[in-house]
Amino acid sequence: MSYIANTPGQQREMLAACGVDSVARLFDAIPPHLRPKSFDLPPGRSELEVAACLAEVAARNYLQLTCFVGGGYYDHFIPAAVDAITSRSEFYTAYTPYQPEVSQGTLQAVYEYQTQICRLTGMDVANASVYDGGMAVYEACQMALHATGRSRIVLDGGVSPVYRKMLDCYTANLSIKRHEVTVSHGQTDRQRLFDALDSDTAAVILQNPNFFGVIDDHADVVRHCHERGILVVQSVYPIALGLLKTPGEIGVDIATGEGQSLGIPLAFGGPYLGFMATTRALVRRLPGRLVGRTVDRKDRQAFVLTLQAREQHIRREKATSNICTNESLCAIRAHAYLCLLGKHGLKRVAQLCHAKAHYAKERFDAIPGVSVMKASPTFNEFTVRLPADAGDVAGALVDQGIAPGLPLGRFYAGMDDYLLVAVTEKRTKTEIGRFAEALEAALTDRHRCLT
Amino acid sequence: MNLVFDKSVPDRSGVTLPVSDVPAPAPMASTYRRSADAELPELSELDVIRHFTELSRRNYGLDTGFYPLGSCTMKYNPKINEAVARIEGFSNLHPFLPQLRHGGMLTQGALKILFDLERLLCEITGMRAFTLQPLAGAHGELTGMMLIAAYHRERGSRKTDVLIPDEAHGTNPSSAAIAGYQTRAVPTDPTTGRLDLAAVETMVGPQTAAIMLTNPNTLGIFNTEVDRIATLAHRHDALVYYDGANLNAVLGKFRPGDAGVDVMHVNLHKTFSSPHGCGGPGAGPVGVAPNLEPYLPISRVVKRTDGTYTLSYAFPKSIGYVAPFYGNFLVCLRAYAYILSLGREGLIEASEQAVLNANYCMHALRGAFELPFDKPCMHEFVLSAVRQARNGVHAIDIAKALIDEGFHPPTVYFPLIVKEALMIEPTETESKETLDRFVAAMLTIAQRAEQDPASFSNAPRTSPVCRPDEAKAARDMDFRV
Repeated sequence: MSYIANTPGQQREMLAACGVDSVARLFDAIPPHLRPKSFDLPPGRSELEVAACLAEVAARNYLQLTCFVGGGYYDHFIPAAVDAITSRSEFYTAYTPYQPEVSQGTLQAVYEYQTQICRLTGMDVANASVYDGGMAVYEACQMALHATGRSRIVLDGGVSPVYRKMLDCYTANLSIKRHEVTVSHGQTDRQRLFDALDSDTAAVILQNPNFFGVIDDHADVVRHCHERGILVVQSVYPIALGLLKTPGEIGVDIATGEGQSLGIPLAFGGPYLGFMATTRALVRRLPGRLVGRTVDRKDRQAFVLTLQAREQHIRREKATSNICTNESLCAIRAHAYLCLLGKHGLKRVAQLCHAKAHYAKERFDAIPGVSVMKASPTFNEFTVRLPADAGDVAGALVDQGIAPGLPLGRFYAGMDDYLLVAVTEKRTKTEIGRFAEALEAALTDRHRCLT
Repeated sequence: MNLVFDKSVPDRSGVTLPVSDVPAPAPMASTYRRSADAELPELSELDVIRHFTELSRRNYGLDTGFYPLGSCTMKYNPKINEAVARIEGFSNLHPFLPQLRHGGMLTQGALKILFDLERLLCEITGMRAFTLQPLAGAHGELTGMMLIAAYHRERGSRKTDVLIPDEAHGTNPSSAAIAGYQTRAVPTDPTTGRLDLAAVETMVGPQTAAIMLTNPNTLGIFNTEVDRIATLAHRHDALVYYDGANLNAVLGKFRPGDAGVDVMHVNLHKTFSSPHGCGGPGAGPVGVAPNLEPYLPISRVVKRTDGTYTLSYAFPKSIGYVAPFYGNFLVCLRAYAYILSLGREGLIEASEQAVLNANYCMHALRGAFELPFDKPCMHEFVLSAVRQARNGVHAIDIAKALIDEGFHPPTVYFPLIVKEALMIEPTETESKETLDRFVAAMLTIAQRAEQDPASFSNAPRTSPVCRPDEAKAARDMDFRV
């Protein structure tokens, strides 16, 4: 199946029009010594065979698990209308809206998405998306480094280890100094953080809720940093912003986040959506595309890509970022999701997440040997300390049909007994109860085996 | 058309959520709460559907019509690919599942897709190994540049420069700069349309970290000296980066890995048919020769002797994590379905037909427009509207006139080295009838440019808007309501 329309007869006509007698002649420019040494690929298959093959491969993934895994990527409810909207081929088969007359749909949708992100975060201006929440943090660091002319970044220990590992990778070849501050009782450790700042510090990177699910009011951190000319980047969880204080309210300079929870499927890691929002003062340093509203020749409202002089296709090696293809369709999904939920729906989802996670904390706290980390308030994710290796316990719970959370030993030294548990609006009281019972049973079994 | 926010009615909702089945917790302390609810629009589900349907009708997609956008490979996006991307066994899979004990066993299907796709891309390109992590073409370039940097760092070489042809995509110099390199532009030979080999010879030296090539280049011309350029570069321990944006021209005809290329990316959303989605998501897997394999990002998918797949992190020289997980998985899945569907012969046929379609259009249009490089093209060709511009009809005017003829315009004003450039890439999936209609429209436009140049100033007339005021957009900076 090759999706080619032209018949052999048409191909002959076309070759004749080109003045050659075979398709092979069109490739005469490639000399024999540059021809492939091998091109050993399987023969093509019919649609029926491809569909059957991939259905079989998909069935090798084990899906019958009740999901309590989060870590920045959450199993939220996605209204059917989101898929219906992004299944319209006028969206998913269109290219980047470089020709505004034939792209007003994309451009207006992205302009509205930018507005939604601004209203969610309380910031002045949002871009049209970057690849994911981790790249958004990296791009925010670049913005801060260039804006301040300084060369040092201080990271709070509550920033996702996934993002931190990505930052390690991107800064390896650059002269950027990095410093990480461990958390105190799960929250930002003010003293250590303030001690770590110096006159070469461009930005402090925070996350709220942080990787441990802990919420914080970073207003004092922002004040302290601004007095020293240091910019503040805060990575946020958009669903939590249905309830939580916004980056805008506390004066954050660049708000970033992973938009996956806004109607985008988990999909084994992508495609996702990195969102970025900032203040008016920093808009020219924003990476990626920006849609602006203007008028056309007849004074009608029109939307265009604007401030393109920041971008690689104009500025080449002097661009603010090399990003070209972004995550537009995911941004449109997020926009559709936020339209469907609306003002009250988003808050309601956030309340459900918070209430259910709180209930789960109470249930787990009643299990002998389990201690829920309670020194600081949380949103929908929290850490529990188990009387055993969290990876072992998680393995036992998977056998019971529960994906119980993320064992933290892999991400933090000395945290082998800790499990990070996320609860979304999709989880029911019954499922949480079954998880608590299975956890207690697993720990009892284990205790019995050991004694 | 109104903004969605103008359609909002207080207390309307587009979703019904379940009633809470757990006790209400004590309210969160006010210090942590936002002072007012986010002003999201309040709409019914039907309101939302109608709004987005109206928006979609103001868009031109590949399914709407011909999209000869040079350098973007707007080929048909087969529907089976969309169907497989919706299979719940793929779309609902949490990326952290492999982090649970024996978790790799819970995601064997997904790991098999990744493993197999890497192997297929290796065979298609002649490279030794691939990473699927890069999330777009430019992200692949950046990954490639970081691999090159890691290679030189390990060898203790102090390399500062990357050589880039002047016709290259803007992402090339930008990616090299972001990876920490100085970029130097290598001129194109004006007679051949190929990289000026003599210039490469004088510019390459011990300071050169890499040279970035696109082949065929953005003029649609195949560089027959690619292996000689590689030899020249390697003499100074400079590496060769191959921008695979134009791979659709050469499937089964040329493999970068056979010509001495060290590292390359492929755009799954171009050559391998995953849809462009209004400008993303895409995927830009990176392939490497054996010299760069130790530096590939982690995690990597490996096959155990018992035939199962697992993620391995045991690559001490790896540059680390370029993406949060394993790449844009659903984009990779679509590309995998596409390669399975076409198979060996189908991929070869795709390139052959893409090149035939491009040459057919070029021959039909060469009389009416300037053809700066008059030789057989590969999958795309670049015309110049300089002749029309003398009458005041510029490339942008031709683009807008095409909209009125029912076509998406070609890429205009790129590559930068051609004045009034019109870059046309028909792709293999377009029929002769479509190409004939397009050619007829272009010829009519060329004729009109002679006879009635003033008529272009109001084009397009058929679209919802006409030539938005871009200067006003930049001045007003109206990015939100």
